[in-house]
Amino acid sequence: MTNALKVSELSKTFAVGKRLFGPPQAHVRAVQPVTLTVRKGETLGIVGESGCGKSTLARMLVGLLEPSGGQIEIEGEPLDTANPATFGRKIQYVFQDPISSLNPRKTIRQIMEAPLRHLHGMSKERRARRISEIFSAVNLREDFLDRYPHEFSGGQAQRIGIGRALAADARILILDEPVSALDVSVQAQVLNLLSDLKAKFDLTYLFISHDLAVVEAVSDRVAVLYFGSVVEIGPAEQVFSKPRHPYTKLLADSAPVVGRPLTAPEGRETELPDPLNPPGGCAFCARCPRALNECATERPALARDGSNRMIACLNPY
Amino acid sequence: MNFLHLLARNRLALAGLIVMLLIVLLALITPLLPLADPDVTNTAERFKRPFEDNAMLGTDHLGRDLLSRLLWGGRLSLAVGFASALIAAVIGATIGIVAGFYGGRTDNVIMRGVDMLMAFPYILLALAIVAALGPGLINALIAVAAVNIPFFARNIRGVTVSIAHREFVDAARLSGMSDARIILTEVLPNVIPVIVIAMSTTVGWMILETAGLSFLGLGSQPPQADLGSMLGEARSALITNPHTSIVPGAMILVIVMAINLLGDGVRDALDPRLRSGALSRPMPNTLVRRKDPVPETKTDALLELNGLKTQFHSNGRIHKAVGGVGLCVEAGECVGIIGESGSGKSVTALSVMGLVASPPGVITAGAVHFAGQELLGAPYETLRRLRGDRVAYIFQDPQATLHPLYTVGRQLVEAIRAHHPTSRANAHERAVELLRSVRIPNAEMRIDSYPHEMSGGMRQRVGIAMALANDPDLIIADEPTTALDVTVQAQILSLLSDLQRERGLAIIFITHDFGVVAQLCNRVAVMYAGRIVEEGPTDAILNSPAHPYTARLMACVPELGRGRRELAAIPGLPPVLDMLPQGCAFADRCHRVQDACRTGNISLSAIDDERAVRCIFPETPAMDKAQ
Repeated sequence: MTNALKVSELSKTFAVGKRLFGPPQAHVRAVQPVTLTVRKGETLGIVGESGCGKSTLARMLVGLLEPSGGQIEIEGEPLDTANPATFGRKIQYVFQDPISSLNPRKTIRQIMEAPLRHLHGMSKERRARRISEIFSAVNLREDFLDRYPHEFSGGQAQRIGIGRALAADARILILDEPVSALDVSVQAQVLNLLSDLKAKFDLTYLFISHDLAVVEAVSDRVAVLYFGSVVEIGPAEQVFSKPRHPYTKLLADSAPVVGRPLTAPEGRETELPDPLNPPGGCAFCARCPRALNECATERPALARDGSNRMIACLNPY
Repeated sequence: MNFLHLLARNRLALAGLIVMLLIVLLALITPLLPLADPDVTNTAERFKRPFEDNAMLGTDHLGRDLLSRLLWGGRLSLAVGFASALIAAVIGATIGIVAGFYGGRTDNVIMRGVDMLMAFPYILLALAIVAALGPGLINALIAVAAVNIPFFARNIRGVTVSIAHREFVDAARLSGMSDARIILTEVLPNVIPVIVIAMSTTVGWMILETAGLSFLGLGSQPPQADLGSMLGEARSALITNPHTSIVPGAMILVIVMAINLLGDGVRDALDPRLRSGALSRPMPNTLVRRKDPVPETKTDALLELNGLKTQFHSNGRIHKAVGGVGLCVEAGECVGIIGESGSGKSVTALSVMGLVASPPGVITAGAVHFAGQELLGAPYETLRRLRGDRVAYIFQDPQATLHPLYTVGRQLVEAIRAHHPTSRANAHERAVELLRSVRIPNAEMRIDSYPHEMSGGMRQRVGIAMALANDPDLIIADEPTTALDVTVQAQILSLLSDLQRERGLAIIFITHDFGVVAQLCNRVAVMYAGRIVEEGPTDAILNSPAHPYTARLMACVPELGRGRRELAAIPGLPPVLDMLPQGCAFADRCHRVQDACRTGNISLSAIDDERAVRCIFPETPAMDKAQ
């Protein structure tokens, strides 16, 4: 099976407290060196809580953010520049907030035409033909084209956003929390549309979300991110039903589920580690119920566990 | 059209507009009018009074016709004022957009330069520029424009920074647009209203500044007249012949006044924040206008809502946000209200204490009884005493509800002392205790933190502590965990559940999450399009939902642990609240719909002694099996 996307040792460090002259006051590692492969036609889910680096990772993958280190390969070709236009033809992005990702002062037609014109240099007639193709694929009526974004509901606006991503004709889509701003009854409409489009256009998805149940429902494999690094990666049907990393288990136990009594799965005082002062060993060590002595000093590497899963833990379940 | 309509609503701005149009018209037709030459001196005719001989406004110290000089001078002043405003706006906006868009070092260098320019007193700077360039009207124009560039640059930069970080700019980059194109087609159209607002409020000021320079003899040179130089030349005859200074002075007053009134009107009409009604300060409690008789309380519940209707009246439209909600909450009970956005769940909660902003909110029917006391239409003082004391709220976003400039301790102390006058020390002690009770580690230290120094979970704990400050009987929690991560949400929910049990609190818990409701609530009410469609014990509803909406909504929620699968969706969209259909609001999306569903008023009727449903063809467990 060929790889659609290969990320090796990709990392991002932000400078904190920049000054006009001289070096910044501190550095924060938002993404630790991450190595990932996404196979062609696959949906890779990425879950993690706020501040775990999932959006930073996604923005690097489309060239909106320049990586501090590492390499991105798309269909075997390395992409070194941070020019979104080079990325745009190969990999596209669907934003979390459907309304704010559409310019309020442009009509939907102008928005849809931008990638066709700037990435593919299409003529007016070809653009019109392509837009009507895309609109029928995302189940939108063509008379929407001359309206402005504020006239649409969240679900419709998100379908326009997906349409724009399709217009670039990229084979890989990064879906950054594409349904978390939508109501539950509409959320499923968009998710099912995404799944249809994937089959129809032979797409590869990177699906980022904080909602475990949604990620599990749409993904082939799931990667769990904590504090900028992948702690567990494996088939969707196994990761949350039989979690091996203690953090994955904590996530799975925290999700409110109908029919399960309310329990706080961990002590109530715990907080995320301080990014300015990262812990020496495993980042999860302080919250971990299974922590060993060496966890405080030794950083576990992501390693295959003998089956089809990878875990970064010294003492997994 | 809309803009003009909004502008015309402001009477003063309309007056300003009319006066300005007249003045501009006069300035335009000045060359066509049968006026005396403004620059021809005739010392024999000097200092004529107004209406003396044929000089309508009299003559000045050199015998020149004042009316003619006023019109020609006014024309010049207006032209210089507008020209300098335009130049300042174009250059300032360009600087601001470039600095704001590129950010980082570019921004730093440009804006520090602008800061330096701003550090000089503006008139001194203008004088220095004119001194360097030499006196003259064009140089005065350049000076006034240069002095005002920083104002535009700073304003526009601020707006651009917020726009440059919006997602649609990222989307444009991914569409392959170059920076220059993004600035021109994505950023600029969103900045133009701000430029217009800034210009409309500064043109008057610039006319005044040009007049000031001319008054000092640095602007227009004799014999050419502008309003400032006319005033300057008339200065020596201020006492003996006041009309020579009153005429140009009054003209400056009228022009600047008219422009400023118009400018304020333009700003109010264009500014989206002001347009949405933020200018009209909301009243301390929601307006109540009930036509029907007020329902009596039927139970002795802690809180009883009866036929509550809350509407939003704006621009001639009526949004029926809450269309007749009845709900009972017993002491110590946790009732969940579940619904999607726009279902009216938050407005219902806010109506209880009269917290819906009026205008545009109006409560048009129903009653709210708290411990037997009617709250709708109760005087403000009664509500104020109950708010935060007997009935407390927890909101979704603690970042928005906590004041960023005060420490959390100070805000807690304020919450306590607002209802129970006690010494600061006592209140402080109580605040520490409260923070401990919501399990904030190291409460003695944390009490001096500012909200921004805490994580989202910690801030929500402070929000809960504040709600608990006066030991209320009822807490209304409006999506308190929606903005939080799952692990933090689990902590907060178990905390709320413990507190409820320990203190015998009643909680109304508003959410869109069935999992949360199942874990926390004794009873649940499902809302759709402003009404409760189903109500009953949580377990019963979750096990066998009776309303098709409840059933289908539950089916939409993916459950963890089932692996990859197709998800159920509800086709269509919720109805628009200003055009609710006859009959059942869910009819268009319902798979069990029949003709009877689309007529009349479908009432919430009991299906057993604990449950009620607003549906004439409810789901039944037997039928589910048959399907």
